[in-house]
Amino acid sequence: MADQIKNKTGFLATLQENPSTDEFIKGLWRDNPVFVQVLGMCPVLAVTNSAVNALAMGGATFFVLMASSLLVSMVRKWVPKAVRISTFIVIIATFVTVADMLLAAWVPDVHKELGAFISLIVVNCLILGRQEAFASRNPIKPALMDAAGMGLGFTFALFLLGASREVLGNGTFFGIDLFGPQFEPWVVMILPPGGFLMLGMILLFFNWMQAKKQARRAAAEGVA
Amino acid sequence: MDSNLLWIFVSAALVNNFTLSMFLGLCPFFGVSARLDTAFRLGLANIFVLIITSLAASALNAWVLPYAPYLRLISFILVIASTVQFVEMVIKRFSPALFKALGIFLPLITTNCAILGLALFQTSREYGVIEGVAFAAGAGVGLTLALVLMAGLREEAELSTIPGIVRGTAMNLIIAGLLSLGFMGFAGLFGQAA
Repeated sequence: MADQIKNKTGFLATLQENPSTDEFIKGLWRDNPVFVQVLGMCPVLAVTNSAVNALAMGGATFFVLMASSLLVSMVRKWVPKAVRISTFIVIIATFVTVADMLLAAWVPDVHKELGAFISLIVVNCLILGRQEAFASRNPIKPALMDAAGMGLGFTFALFLLGASREVLGNGTFFGIDLFGPQFEPWVVMILPPGGFLMLGMILLFFNWMQAKKQARRAAAEGVA
Repeated sequence: MDSNLLWIFVSAALVNNFTLSMFLGLCPFFGVSARLDTAFRLGLANIFVLIITSLAASALNAWVLPYAPYLRLISFILVIASTVQFVEMVIKRFSPALFKALGIFLPLITTNCAILGLALFQTSREYGVIEGVAFAAGAGVGLTLALVLMAGLREEAELSTIPGIVRGTAMNLIIAGLLSLGFMGFAGLFGQAA
């Protein structure tokens, strides 16, 4: 037990002083795949009509991203340049098949609702993009850190979008009624246009925050 | 039978438009919709790849996949990648001018989720060969329509005065949301069937 705790603090300590922490943090916030890089839009908009669906999709993507980054980083020295994209795609497709079968076995209801979009993780440009830009050029540890950050950042964005659309469009959160019977649901939010509009508004909010921050900095410099 | 084919075509093109109501193929939708003419050409290339993929998926479903269902995803993606490669080679050989005009967008069709999505939906709806082609043609026309509409709106928006924080992705998403709202109107086109 004491050994375990020691190991854990050791792990945390390396997390804090290791440069690979940066690989982790950047995906989570600064280079968030959805809000900043705007990658992998299809699943982002298609399955975020409820918080549960969003989490299942985020989890599946996280798993595929971690597993393929690990494998790609392991075999990176033996893959010829000319066929690297095909190799990555086959690796990704294999893990997506695994994720598809796991979800069908564990949560058949959610699997049914997500339908073809689980299989479509294969063509999520976020995953292929990380393999090409990061995992195939870095050793295992930073590659895993990068994948974890990007995967969690993606899940976080999906959850934020799914939760806000479910609350506005259905008046529920994880299926629990929030407002009582007098609530008139804003149905368009859980329909396709709501996905575009909601993500647009979230991006607007981020742009606004950014603009305000810059204005404040400029004002502070002006005073000084 | 004929009206059934027509229904599949119209449904894929308008009512269940691939881009605006099923969220397939959003990357080129936002990435390549800045100019009207490139958007249109990319749409045409997509129609072509969609139809070939549909034929290939029908063949795979009939002869290969009954024996190895777990290979579905991997075989589809390999077929799509090689089809795109093949189309690229053919266009390069017979029409270098068009090849030059399409540039990078041609290979990028591989990672367009609309193509894989088409193969998967066609399988899950158990379409035959001819129905599959109608579905693919409808999906392609719908994709092209969405791309061209979006490109036209964006070209207009570039010339108008818009606050700085709205410009860019946020504005494109909101335009897409409004377009999608408009396309929802098509759901009433065929009464209950939609």
